[in-house]
Amino acid sequence: MKDNDIKRLLYAHLLCIFSVILSTFIPSLFLERFSILETHLTWLCICSVFVTAVNLVLYLVVKPNAPSKRSSLSHKVARFLKCCIYFLMSCFCFHVIFVLYGAPLIELVLETFLFAVILSTFTTVPCLCLLGPNIKAWLRVFSRNGVASIWENSLQITTISSFIGSWLGAFPIPLDWERPWQVWPISCTLGATFGYVAGLAVSPLWIYWNRKRLTYKNN
Amino acid sequence: MRLGSGTFAACCVAIEVLGVAIFLRGFFPVPVRSSSRTEHRAEPPAPEPSTGASSNWTKLPPPLFSKVVVVLIDALRDDFVFGSKGVKFMPYTTYLVEKGASHSFVAEAKPPTVTMPRIKALMTGSLPGFGDVVRNLNSPALLEDNVIRQAKAAGKRIIFYGDETWVKLFPKHFVEYDGTTSFFVSDYTEVDDNVTRHLEKVLTREDWDVLILHYLGLDHIGHLSGPDSPLIGHKLREMDSVLMKIHMALLSKEREALLPGLLVLCGDHGMSESGSHGASSMEEVNTALVLISSAFERKPGDIRHPKHVQQTDLAATLAIGLGLPIPKNSVGRLLFPVVEGKPMREQLRFLHLNTVQLSKLLQENVPLYEKDPGFEQFKMSEKLHGNWIKLYLEENSSEVLLNLGTKVLRQYLNALQTLSLSLSRQVAQYDIYSMAVGTTLVLEVLALLLLSVPKALGPAAELDMPLSSPLFSLLFYLTLLVLSAVHVVVCTSTESACYFCSVSWLAAGGAMLLMSALLCALVSALPKTVVGVKHVGKSPAPSSSRWSELDLLILLGTTGHVLSLGASSFIEEEHQTWYFLVSTLCLALCQEVYRNHFLSSDGDPRGGLHTEPGPEGATPVGAKGCALLEDDRTRAAASAFKRLGGTDQRMVLASPWAVLCCCRLLRALNQTGVQGAHRPDLGHWLTSSDHKAALSVLAALSLLAVFLLVQRRCSPMSKVALALGLLGVYCYRAAIGNVMSPWQRGNSDISKGIVEARFVYVFVLGILFTGTKDLLRSQVSAAGVPARTVGLWEIHSGLVLLAALLLRPHNLPVLVSSLLVQTLMAKCVWKPLNHGVAEVTVMHYWFGQAFFYFQGNSNNIATVDVSAGFVGLEHYVEVPAAFLTTFATYVGPILWASHLVNYLSSESSSHSALRRACFCYALICSIPVSVYIILVTSLRYHLFIWSVFSPKLLYEGMHLFITAALCIFFTAMDQTKLTKP
Repeated sequence: MKDNDIKRLLYAHLLCIFSVILSTFIPSLFLERFSILETHLTWLCICSVFVTAVNLVLYLVVKPNAPSKRSSLSHKVARFLKCCIYFLMSCFCFHVIFVLYGAPLIELVLETFLFAVILSTFTTVPCLCLLGPNIKAWLRVFSRNGVASIWENSLQITTISSFIGSWLGAFPIPLDWERPWQVWPISCTLGATFGYVAGLAVSPLWIYWNRKRLTYKNN
Repeated sequence: MRLGSGTFAACCVAIEVLGVAIFLRGFFPVPVRSSSRTEHRAEPPAPEPSTGASSNWTKLPPPLFSKVVVVLIDALRDDFVFGSKGVKFMPYTTYLVEKGASHSFVAEAKPPTVTMPRIKALMTGSLPGFGDVVRNLNSPALLEDNVIRQAKAAGKRIIFYGDETWVKLFPKHFVEYDGTTSFFVSDYTEVDDNVTRHLEKVLTREDWDVLILHYLGLDHIGHLSGPDSPLIGHKLREMDSVLMKIHMALLSKEREALLPGLLVLCGDHGMSESGSHGASSMEEVNTALVLISSAFERKPGDIRHPKHVQQTDLAATLAIGLGLPIPKNSVGRLLFPVVEGKPMREQLRFLHLNTVQLSKLLQENVPLYEKDPGFEQFKMSEKLHGNWIKLYLEENSSEVLLNLGTKVLRQYLNALQTLSLSLSRQVAQYDIYSMAVGTTLVLEVLALLLLSVPKALGPAAELDMPLSSPLFSLLFYLTLLVLSAVHVVVCTSTESACYFCSVSWLAAGGAMLLMSALLCALVSALPKTVVGVKHVGKSPAPSSSRWSELDLLILLGTTGHVLSLGASSFIEEEHQTWYFLVSTLCLALCQEVYRNHFLSSDGDPRGGLHTEPGPEGATPVGAKGCALLEDDRTRAAASAFKRLGGTDQRMVLASPWAVLCCCRLLRALNQTGVQGAHRPDLGHWLTSSDHKAALSVLAALSLLAVFLLVQRRCSPMSKVALALGLLGVYCYRAAIGNVMSPWQRGNSDISKGIVEARFVYVFVLGILFTGTKDLLRSQVSAAGVPARTVGLWEIHSGLVLLAALLLRPHNLPVLVSSLLVQTLMAKCVWKPLNHGVAEVTVMHYWFGQAFFYFQGNSNNIATVDVSAGFVGLEHYVEVPAAFLTTFATYVGPILWASHLVNYLSSESSSHSALRRACFCYALICSIPVSVYIILVTSLRYHLFIWSVFSPKLLYEGMHLFITAALCIFFTAMDQTKLTKP
């Protein structure tokens, strides 16, 4: 049972990684002069859409959490709207945090906001898919010893690694190498992407290696 | 002997300061300087020596050349001219070198082989050290005596085209100039075309005496693609044609002029095989130097091989060639071939002038100059010279004169060589021995501090320092013996002067004693710590094993910051590191606060794992050891949280965000560093004269806020003093015209504000005095703790008042937000969350560092606010000015450390808290210094060593000094507690 779960997790994650990779290659077929660095904002949008779509598909197909009891249409719509509001709120929150970290307040607003969007895509969207708009559950997952399944465990790992990736991505900015990727926010978005991909790749392996030690209360 | 860990840490930092001082002394060799360097009066030139009948030649000899053109090609390595590349790409120059009227040399440049110090060396003849940079703090202009200054004083008209470093070094010296910037390394044609385009016109004109051209293209090509690139050949060919053009023009001019012209082709430094420069490899050090003039005629068959000379020799040669006095600090000697064609009397006169100048410099710099062989030779040759003049004036037969003259000449040349050598030896290189001694001391102390961490942070916060046993151990004596042997060997054999060798034997012996004692202490501490750690590892009760996210962040942040010191851009932009770390710290605290909040509001979300959210300090009954203990702390914090009222809880939840916002606003106040320095910021907006009203309002509000934040814990007396003092601060700023004064509208007589500033000083001293009195009272009387807290707070408020006086008015918000953040963090974060002493200390240190940069400081010496040293002083007095400047620069770290003492002594229940805090503070401050010393030693030939790494080294040294003072303050406060029953 458990190994089977891990296998499903691995496939799901591979799909996510694949979507990130696709988002770098597919657009160049349709758009002229597309490259990650030069048309960075386009890439950010496309990558965000791809990852969100894959996450939604996975949510619908795999159904990692038990279906809720009330499944009326209106409830579902309300839930979806709530999710959207949460997503927007998280984008604005991240934007504010970036500004507090020193991002320019007035110039480059769009760049900063798209960085917030992509970081929300990597962190908030999986949370919303997996846990729903339920702050209590989020807090439980992100406090120590609070995870209840391998899905939540992998969610924890990918979210934290995306944050760490974007945090580390800020380091090259002051260096005087004068590379195109040192411009705000490219290094941070790339850091977030690498962190997300690394988290996706590592978490199934980590869970597999620690499968003896990990015991979840619910299963 | 048992020592409190605070005392121990203070001692360690004091020793570390000593080590860093020795290191700095070795790293920054004191340059050879003439003592009369400040006034630039022209001294009368030394008269010609003579015995008996006095010579009639007392004036300076006339110039040898009418026009001088200096073509400086950046990174002109010697083989670009004299080697196979020269033959291939520079045919005209090769012809001149091999057959024409020229003298060629290989000039050796001293490291750092970077353009600016090399230009200084070429023009002053001295070897610039870092001491100069510190001495002419804010002015990039060259203040030393140099050829350009002398030429200008003599009325020569100088024209300059090329690298704009020259324009910065010699402002207002050129009658005409066009500076090109060397910023874009990838451009190697435009920079040179910008120089060459002026040539056509200038060479036809007659209204100049000296023309200096500095070509950057070759250096840029070197940086881009190395010395073997085909581009080099093109560039050399271009330079060759430029040289030919100039030479032709000079030759055509000579027909009308009486005197010949001189064309100098030189390089400032070489180029390594990889194309860079800065270090001291042969390729970087050897540069070409060619002097071309029709005065240097030679017969066919006269083969002149390029001789090895020093780069500094050019200054003396140019001075003589232009008929100027030799620059005072020049250590170079005249390139003798230049004057070889002149009559014997003139030759001797030139050599005499040069020798006199060198021996004067020697007299001023070497105490035992009379013993110096060079000086003895100089005296002897001067005597012989006198005899020769006597014979000459009596008009003896020419053959006798010639023979004797040749002998005197040889004597002079020998004397010159010896003198020049012994002078340049004084400054030539890093004093590795002193640096090694300093580094050893610092590293030993750091290792000792690290080894004693488990004990010093233990519950007792006391250390066993065995003092007697190391003194009698064999190891101690062996080390001492080895060190003395090394000292003797190094000091007797070394060629360059070592600072550590020149200190008295007693001091050197003391340092060596210290070194070996520290080594013994280390060796004795090592097994204890290892055993202790093993013991802890074996014991089943895990005392402190699981680290919270905050600890992890602190550890990572410290490591990251220390590692970042190895990159020059991270040093330039160090403020970014600290802002980033502080922001992350705030977010981490935020996360902790929110977790606790939800834990306490939820009751217990994880039922079954725990019995009850027990009271503080309750022992967990469960079996899952480590997780539970960590859990217990959070739980305790959460329960403490619960007891807070609703408003308080909301305050706690908001405070990390408030701190973050504060920090973000302060960031916008002062842009600092290198990349951001030119960006517009609030500080510049406020200080511009249009916004004086805004600045006045801001300053007044800030002073009011300071009063409100500080007064609540003061005694009534000091409250009044504080209010008056802050009023005085405003008056002072109004008096010197920084802000508008409400009572003197209109008349804008700007005074120095001496009275107002002294008025504030009186109150500062008064508050400090009251604070000390309260502290003393708390020791003798039973009033105890409350009096002590009040006393400490009064000392803190005295410091705040002094800071308010010294900080520039637009920086007063920094002071306010520092106080605000301190209050918020203490009340809403540290107290409710029950942070440990070590965590609180490190957070204080981080905030202190961030505020150091918020205030507008950077790792560049130019940002030091020197004006703070003149507040309330009629004129410059060294000691108070230095103290005030230091205080104003390090306000951030000092105020945060003082707040740490206040917080711990009022909030913490543990008696050893202050001691542990002192230890942590010492450790966290000494780690960057120690690592940085090693980094700088290994990077000492880096391109940016003088511009980036050295200023940072000075800042680090100063910071360590301040830390030592703070640690002593900590320990003093701790002692007062101990003596209390």
